[in-house]
Amino acid sequence: MASVPAVLQSEWTKIRTVSSTRWTLISALAVTVAMGAALCALMNATFDDLPDAERLTFDPTLISFSGMVLGQLAMVVFGVLVVGTEYSSGMIRTSLAAVPQRGTFIFSKIAVAGLLALAVGMATSFLTFFIGQALLGEHRTTIGEENVLRAVVGGGIYMGLIAVFSMGVATMLRSSMLSLGILMPFFFLVSQILSAVPGAKDVARYFPDQAGAKIMQVVPNAMNSGESPYGPWGGLGIMLLWVAAALLGGFLVLRKRDA
Amino acid sequence: MIEAVGLTKRYGAKTAVYNLSFQVRPGAVTGFLGPNGAGKSTTMRMILGLDRPTSGQVTIGGLPFRQLPNAPRQVGALLDAKAVHGGRTARNHLLSLAQLSGIPDRRVDEVLGVVGLQGVAKRRSKGFSLGMGQRLGIAAALLGDPQVLLFDEPVNGLDPEGILWVRNLMKQLAAEGRTVFVSSHLMSEMALTADHLIVIGRGQLMADMSVKDFISHNSADFARVRTPQTEPEQREKLLAALTEAGGQVMPEPDGALRVTGLPLPRISDLAHDADVRLWELSPHQASLEEAYMRMTQGAVDYRSTADEKSGLMQQPPMGHVPPQPHIPEVPQQGFYAPPPPHPGQNPYAAPAPAAPPAAAPAEAPAPPAAAPADLTKPEDAR
Repeated sequence: MASVPAVLQSEWTKIRTVSSTRWTLISALAVTVAMGAALCALMNATFDDLPDAERLTFDPTLISFSGMVLGQLAMVVFGVLVVGTEYSSGMIRTSLAAVPQRGTFIFSKIAVAGLLALAVGMATSFLTFFIGQALLGEHRTTIGEENVLRAVVGGGIYMGLIAVFSMGVATMLRSSMLSLGILMPFFFLVSQILSAVPGAKDVARYFPDQAGAKIMQVVPNAMNSGESPYGPWGGLGIMLLWVAAALLGGFLVLRKRDA
Repeated sequence: MIEAVGLTKRYGAKTAVYNLSFQVRPGAVTGFLGPNGAGKSTTMRMILGLDRPTSGQVTIGGLPFRQLPNAPRQVGALLDAKAVHGGRTARNHLLSLAQLSGIPDRRVDEVLGVVGLQGVAKRRSKGFSLGMGQRLGIAAALLGDPQVLLFDEPVNGLDPEGILWVRNLMKQLAAEGRTVFVSSHLMSEMALTADHLIVIGRGQLMADMSVKDFISHNSADFARVRTPQTEPEQREKLLAALTEAGGQVMPEPDGALRVTGLPLPRISDLAHDADVRLWELSPHQASLEEAYMRMTQGAVDYRSTADEKSGLMQQPPMGHVPPQPHIPEVPQQGFYAPPPPHPGQNPYAAPAPAAPPAAAPAEAPAPPAAAPADLTKPEDAR
């Protein structure tokens, strides 16, 4: 029985010794912060041109997280590659020959990668918040305001969960290309578009990213986004269910299929 | 000790391995032979618990692989030389595997030295040649100093020096009392490396015996006899005497006779009684490769057809007669025997007459059937 600490240590070695880890995580942070900063500066400059409804529900915290729409894609790539390269390289057979307990293997891998993604997500979240608020000028909020800290910490959790969700999906699909081909359009296009279409909106708000992003709102129905049937923690709960489902699916596939 | 009992694996309608039972004992190199697609790799994967058998079971030391305590310390395996993340350095790859089973970092540098990769330890493995990949895979198998070792086609892509090294390594590991199970599709390689053979074809067991038994069961011994070429009547006389004594005699293209069914001293006696002088009387063995091909010929999945090149050939000019290739019939040689020093001359034969009428270059014995260049499996040479 390969012991769990040994597998965790080995997975940490695997993650830190490939350059894709560094590049995807740096991109996630840089893209989120840069795009968040740009949008905050733009909002600050054009605040008076906003429709009344948006001005009334203006949520400076949420605005500073705008960059996550793009930044989360780098997190998706990170999550997919962590698992997918095991399959594309054939390393999975070496790994499973060394750790026959497949549950131990996959959950140790996801734990290590997920914690790393969470740490980077937290750093990203705080960084983009503070830079964004600095650029919002008089419309800014502060970390001490009610619910703001919850939103910022939630932003970090959101990033981490997006990565873990991707790992689960990649374990189910056993291929980097297939996983990216499904997850990227889903998060970047399908989910974003459907959430703007009136009829589809009621379904789309239960998608993992739409539900999870609720945690980053401080003002209810921020930016005139409309009423939602769940609160911030409820939204995060929905996202957690998605993540749990992806992990369970991945585990069942790994346990059942031949490597 | 690896023990398979009634091992069967089906992928949909295709049966990859059917009712395979065998034992791999410690202290010997056991060769696992079969044509491409015979089910060797599938069997190896089942031994390692990567694929689940449809029925039957395989155990290592009495336990299924997945129930082995600390498997990497007990079983080392090389399955696919290229099964490494190309972006990771050789050392980091081994380090991640070592940490899994609590093997100290020091051991990583040791095995890198053992396989001769110290010089490229810090290089990313995607730049490695197939041979370097094999060495890295062998290093991974050796990491835990395991008692049971599995190697799937370890000599693929290795140079002759590397092949010799692998051969000696296997023998040494077996001499240390370990169980060594090596798959190959090359009989010639296994004849030199293995003590015991398990041959499968189309997923079924075809032979399970020691190399020595395999040789004596499957290679017909024969004698080559040559009479003075200047006196053809002597040859006829001997042929008649040998046939009468119960031997099977086949003429060879260079005028010698191939005799089976009679021991050498008996042939000598018969020749003496018939008053025939002999210029050559030598013992030979049909090649193991031949015996193996005969055994598995019904079980080859991928057989090539003649390349007709239809539609690709230019029309020959009118009246052109295509040259008939002359395929010399080659006298049987031990496949591992070095080529004779002089073409057209058997090294064991008495010196040929100054100008032998039949000694044309066309009759030169071909080099051994298994040239080192054949030691790669083309579909693996990615």
